[in-house]
Amino acid sequence: MKTDVKILTAHLDDPAWHTLAGYERHGGYNALRKALKMTPDEIKAEVKAANLRGRGGAGFPAGIKWGFLPKETTKPIYLVINADEGEPGTFKDRLIMERNPHSLIEGCLIACWALRANTTYIYIRGELFSSIQRIERAIAEARAKGYIGKNVLGTGWTCEIHAHPGAGAYICGEETALIESLEGKAGQPRNKPPFPAIQGLFDCPTIVNNVETIAYVPWIIENGGQTFASFGTERNGGLKIYGLSGHVKRPGLWELPMGTTFSYLVNELGGGMRGAKPMKGLIPGGSSCPPLLPNELDTPMDFDAVKKVGTMLGTGCATVFEEGVCTVRLGARIAKFYEHESCGQCTPCREGTGWLHRNIEKLERGERLEGGIQLLDSICGRILGNTICALGDAAAMPIQGFLKKFGDEWQRHIDLGRCPL
Amino acid sequence: MTLAFSQSARQRFDEIVARYPNRQAALLPVLHLAQQEFDHISPEVMQFVAEQLGVPPVKVQHVATFYTMYNKKPVGRFHVQVCTNIACHLTGGPEIFAHLKKKLGVANKGTTADDLFTLEEVECLAACGYSPAIQITDKKDRETPIFFRENLDSLPKVDALIDELRAKAKGGA
Repeated sequence: MKTDVKILTAHLDDPAWHTLAGYERHGGYNALRKALKMTPDEIKAEVKAANLRGRGGAGFPAGIKWGFLPKETTKPIYLVINADEGEPGTFKDRLIMERNPHSLIEGCLIACWALRANTTYIYIRGELFSSIQRIERAIAEARAKGYIGKNVLGTGWTCEIHAHPGAGAYICGEETALIESLEGKAGQPRNKPPFPAIQGLFDCPTIVNNVETIAYVPWIIENGGQTFASFGTERNGGLKIYGLSGHVKRPGLWELPMGTTFSYLVNELGGGMRGAKPMKGLIPGGSSCPPLLPNELDTPMDFDAVKKVGTMLGTGCATVFEEGVCTVRLGARIAKFYEHESCGQCTPCREGTGWLHRNIEKLERGERLEGGIQLLDSICGRILGNTICALGDAAAMPIQGFLKKFGDEWQRHIDLGRCPL
Repeated sequence: MTLAFSQSARQRFDEIVARYPNRQAALLPVLHLAQQEFDHISPEVMQFVAEQLGVPPVKVQHVATFYTMYNKKPVGRFHVQVCTNIACHLTGGPEIFAHLKKKLGVANKGTTADDLFTLEEVECLAACGYSPAIQITDKKDRETPIFFRENLDSLPKVDALIDELRAKAKGGA
C-alpha cells in the first residue's frame, strides 16, 4: 500500500523533537498511557498483528521472538536494546537516537510492560558519542517526569532504563556477544541453544531487539498493529528507515513502506548517480550482503523479496557504486573489515577471514594466486556455517556474491597480472 | 603512585555500579571513566579498576585489550578518526587518510611529536550518508567530545580543519 505516513521521521522539522517537551508536543507518551491500561497479552497481540520484523538485519518477527520467553519464571526478565550500529554502510539507528530518542524510550517502557520486565539496557556503540549523550539525556528527562522509575505514572509498576556504552567491537552487534559484553566480558558469542529468551543476560530470560524495531512499538500501540501492517507487504509490516550512500546525487535516510523498490530509493529519492558514470552495483543493506546489479533494482525492499534474488535486505541501508570502481579492491576492504572484527573464538572465522583478505589483496596487486579465484570461493565455503555466530557467514557471503556477479573482473586480475581498472 | 578517582568521578562510579546486579557488569563503562580520569588504560589503571570492582586483574586486561576504544598508551589531544569502510572507501576516505598521514607525519595510530594529534583509520562510523566521515575527540572538551565534520569532500577542507584545531590549541582553548 502506498502511504505518505511517517512515524519515526514525522517531526524531524521540529529542532526540539529530541527533548521531552518536544516529543510530548507531538503526542509523545500517549501510547504508554494507553499501554498501561492494556494487558501484556493484548500488547503482544498488536505487535504480532503489525508483522513487525526485526530491523537489525535478520528480519525475525518481533512478536514471535517475544513469545519465546518462558511462561513461568522466578528470575527477572530483561529487555536489551541492540544499539550497536556498526554494520558498514548503516546509519539509521543513529538518526533515531539523536533526533527522536524518546520514541525508543517509550517503546522500551511499553515492551517491558508487555514482557513483564522491569529493566532495559540500551547497549549503544561506544563510538557514537552523540547518540549516547542524547539517550542519557532522554532517560534523565523521562525519569524526572515519572515515566521511568519506581512508580511509573502512579501505577506502582517499576521500570528502569540504562544506557550502556560499548567500547569498539563490531561483534557485539551479535546478540549473545552483546550480552557477554553487557556482563563486563570480551564480546565473544555464545553457543545457541540456550537462546537468550530462555537464558540470556545474567542467565535470566532476555529479549534483544534493535533500536528501530522498538521505536515503532508506541505508534503500533496507539494506532493498531493491523494499520501498521497494511503499510507494508504481506509478511513485512509497516514502514522502515532506508538509507542510501555512495555514488548517488543525494545520499540520506528516508522512511518508506516496506517493499518500496531499490530503484525508487536510488533514482527518485537519491536523484540517481552523482556523475556521468552509470551504476555498476549496489550493496543492499550493509557490507555482509551480496551485491545486486543495476538490472535487479526493481526488487522490493522487504526481507523475503530481497532473499529471493540471492542476497539480504540487512539493515536496509544501501551503498551504490559506479562504473570504474574495482570490485576486487572493494571486496578486499570488506574482507579486511571482517578479519579485523573476528573475535577469534572459532578457527574457521579467525583463520579464514585473514586468509580471504590476504588472497584478495594479492589478487588486487596482480600477484599469482595459487588455485585461482576458485581458491577464494573455497575459503568462503570452509567458513560458511562452521562458526558459532554469523560473523563468519557475513565475511564469506559478500565475497561469494562479488565472485558471482563480477567474476569476470576478478579473473581478469589473474589473466593480466594487474588490476584492469 | 597510588591512583584515586576525583570526587566527581567517584560519584559517577557509584552511579554506574548501581545499575547492575553485579560489579563486573560495570566494567566497560568504568574503563571509559578511568580513561577519562587517567588519560589511558595503563597496567596500573587496569589494576586499579580491578580493585574497585573486585574483578581479577586478568579479566580486566582481557576486556581492556579486546575492545579498540581503550587506549593502552597515551594519545594526542585530538584523536582524528578517519573512516575508510565501504561508503567512505567509495567517496575519498582512503585518500584523506593517506593525505593526513603525510600532513601529520605519522603512521596509523601514530601521535605527532607535539602530542596534539593521534591519527587512526577506523571502521564504519555510521555516518555513511555524509561520507567521507571523520570523527575527532578532544580530550580538553569532554562535554562535547565529538565534532563531526560532515561532507569533508575535499582535501583543502581537511587541511583547514587541522589548521583550525592547531590554532585552537595554540590559543589556549
